[in-house]
Amino acid sequence: MAALSRSFAGLMLALVLLFLLMPIAIVIPIAFSPSAVFSFPPTGFSLRWFENIRNADGMLRALWLSTQIAALSTAISLVLGTLCAIAIVRGAIPGARLISTFMISPLMIPGLVLGIAFLHAAREVGLRDGYVPLLLAHVVVTMPFIMRTVLASLALFDFTMVDAARMLGCSYPAALWRALVPNILPGFVSGALFAFIVSFDNYPVSIFLVDVHTKTLPIQLLNQLEMSPDPTLAAVATVMIVLTIAALFVCDRLVGLRRMAAV
Amino acid sequence: MSTIPYPVESAPPGRRIEIDPRFVMALPGLLFMGLVFAFPLALLMSKSVVGPDGFSLAGYGRILGDAYYRGVIWDSLTLAFRVTLITLLLGYPAAYALSRAKGMFQVILFALVFLPLTVSIIVKTFGLTIMFRREGILNWFLMNTGLTDAPMRFVFTEMSLVIGMVNVFLPFLILPLYSVMRMLDARYLDAAATLGTSPLNTFRRVFLPLTMPGVIAGSSIVFALSVAAYVTPGLLIGERYMTMSMVMAKAFLNFRDYQLGSAMACIMLVIALAIVFLSSFLTRNLEAKAR
Repeated sequence: MAALSRSFAGLMLALVLLFLLMPIAIVIPIAFSPSAVFSFPPTGFSLRWFENIRNADGMLRALWLSTQIAALSTAISLVLGTLCAIAIVRGAIPGARLISTFMISPLMIPGLVLGIAFLHAAREVGLRDGYVPLLLAHVVVTMPFIMRTVLASLALFDFTMVDAARMLGCSYPAALWRALVPNILPGFVSGALFAFIVSFDNYPVSIFLVDVHTKTLPIQLLNQLEMSPDPTLAAVATVMIVLTIAALFVCDRLVGLRRMAAV
Repeated sequence: MSTIPYPVESAPPGRRIEIDPRFVMALPGLLFMGLVFAFPLALLMSKSVVGPDGFSLAGYGRILGDAYYRGVIWDSLTLAFRVTLITLLLGYPAAYALSRAKGMFQVILFALVFLPLTVSIIVKTFGLTIMFRREGILNWFLMNTGLTDAPMRFVFTEMSLVIGMVNVFLPFLILPLYSVMRMLDARYLDAAATLGTSPLNTFRRVFLPLTMPGVIAGSSIVFALSVAAYVTPGLLIGERYMTMSMVMAKAFLNFRDYQLGSAMACIMLVIALAIVFLSSFLTRNLEAKAR
């Protein structure tokens, strides 16, 4: 009976993995197929859709914008979030638990609701340009991921090292930089990577803040998908999948995937 | 010691300065989140109760008084419920198998569950639409195995919507369940078996209660994500199955009906917060019972 239930669970896991990975894997052969209609099984091999990425209207510009927004918002979250996390962990502010909940709470708010709220606020203060509201909103979206990993890393960090550095003549900021930062670097890397991915992939918040000139990659991809779906999309998707796998691999080397997933 | 500008951590509590100078470190982040996160949310709530001439609950009246919009809310909730139930049925045994896998094998399996979580949701939904096509892999499989003679229609059906959402949200359920099951002491199960409990009773009376926190955490995440889902339903079924998200997005992006959209957004916000409170209430209840 126990063996039976165990093999049932194993079978379920195999089926679940097949189911989870199929939509991702199916994109790849289509990117390499020579014909313009998606069909299964594919026939032949060609790289023309990858070459076509350059010609796809606005695709490269969207890719560049998304990279900028993701990198900048992650960097800002990292600085603001880490400073706040140190104050929380050291008990420097009253109501530390409440404040950490507040900093993580954007995670619990539906993306569209956040997007609509940002739209109202940007209108209220007269921000019309797409770039700045987009960046600010993405800092809010990435903040919870930074806070979670940095708080977890700080909980394991021995703060007497910072005291020791100050006894040895470092100023407080220098002590943090030289004693604390190198020690929680793995936490920074995994938090930042997760934050970058979340920002890079965000659709529901961005949709309310983009204009014709500033379109992030997910918006551009979805537009394309609704207007003229051709295997160029599959080629872009394949590039994104390969980059994601590479990033996960780096992360696994640095901190281990399980720590990144916070399980 | 007097050269050190900040109180040393190990100083006795009596000599501690009342306001810690490190308080200022938290300020930039708190100010930022106050202005860019809390202020917009407060503004949204206020906009939802403002009509052309001052305070008005007309936005809510139009939603809650209209059978169509009540139906949309109901449909969104039941869809989320179905998706959560199916992910739980699929995810629970899968998480169990994952937690019992050995060594390196477990790391690889974990990576395979984690990977879909980091791949863009648009890429995944795109892959799903390809799978569901008339000449897609699903029909190819069904026809080659002789399960059906003619290709089945999946595109733009409610079934494809549910399958697609289960696909996208399943890892969010497996991960918290896995983390609970991995920490679970296997000796409890051995003890139950030694005491002559049948495997079914061991599961029902020992394993299930001990993994309940993971069930609550995982299913509340999946439910919250499903209620708010926008990209996946939009691509897989479109306006054939209207959800709250779609009503909201259309009110803002197409009709410029801000009052309706803001009120719907606030209703969604209340649902999201209700899920958070309910799940933390259930978890605390469980902990109290365990003591």
